[in-house]
Amino acid sequence: MPSDGGPASASYRLRLDSRPLAVRAALAELADCPPLRALPSEDRDAAQILLAEILNNCTEHAYAGRSGPVEVALDLRRGQLSCEVADRGRPMPAARPGLPCPVLSLREGGFGWMLIRALAEELRYCHENGVNRLSFRVARTCLAAPDPCPCPRSAIPPESGCESAPRCCEGRTCSD
Amino acid sequence: MDLEAEVRGDLLVVRVQQERIDAAAAIEFKDRMRELVDTPAPRVLLDLSRVTFLDSSGLGAVVAVMKLLGPDRRLELAALGPVVRKVFRLTRMDRVFTIHERVSDAL
Repeated sequence: MPSDGGPASASYRLRLDSRPLAVRAALAELADCPPLRALPSEDRDAAQILLAEILNNCTEHAYAGRSGPVEVALDLRRGQLSCEVADRGRPMPAARPGLPCPVLSLREGGFGWMLIRALAEELRYCHENGVNRLSFRVARTCLAAPDPCPCPRSAIPPESGCESAPRCCEGRTCSD
Repeated sequence: MDLEAEVRGDLLVVRVQQERIDAAAAIEFKDRMRELVDTPAPRVLLDLSRVTFLDSSGLGAVVAVMKLLGPDRRLELAALGPVVRKVFRLTRMDRVFTIHERVSDAL
C-alpha cells in the first residue's frame, strides 16, 4: 500500500514471505514502488541490489529456508532512501570486531557481503522481542570500487565464489 | 531456466531467456549450464541481453560455471544491463571475465 508523496518524499510498506519465489515477487514490486521510482536510475539499481541481498539473507540465514514473515519499510526523504527489514527468524551472530554490525552472517569476502558493504550506509542491526531489525540507507552516489585494484587477476573465489573473493580493498589497499 | 544454445565457429553462445538470475534461479541455471557446456567448444559466451537482474547467488552461479569449464576453456559474457554490470563491478568480477558490449563483438 503506497502512501502518497511527491518525488522528493515517499513511503512504502510491504509484508512478504521469506521463500525465494515470494522474495522475487516482492523485489519486483519494490522496484516499481514510489520511493524507488523517485530515485535516479543508478540509485534505484543500487536499492534493488541491496534489498535483494538483505532479503536473501533473511531467507538463507534468519529462516534457513523455512517460511516466515518479513516486513520491509522504505522511506524516501529529500532524495535519501532509508530501509528497514524485519523478520522473526534466528538472530544474527554477534558482530565481529571491526564490523559495524553483524549483517555479516553473510560470509566475509562473499559476494553478498561485498555488495552490501559497497552500497549501504549506516547499517544497523538489533534483535528485540524475537524480531531481527536491520536498517540502512542506500548510498546516494555509489563511488565504490572506482580505482584499479592491486589484487591478482587470478584471485577467483573457490566454490560458489565465496570465502576468498578478492579481499580488496574498497579501491585502496589489498591485504593479501 | 530457459537457456538457448548455439554453436558459432569455436564459440558456444548461450542466451539466457530469463530476466532474473537470482537466488530462486541460481541452482537451476548452474545445472542447465552444466548440461549445455558438454558441447566441446573452447569458448563459451553467455548472452545476458535479456537479463535485467542478477544477485550474489546468480553471480556465484556464473563463477561456478566458469570453474566448471576448467583452465582450458573460457567463459565470456556479453550485453550486460546496468544492474548486472554494477554487480560485476562492485564485486570486481569484471576483472575476471572477458566482457563484451554486444554478442557480435565476441564473434
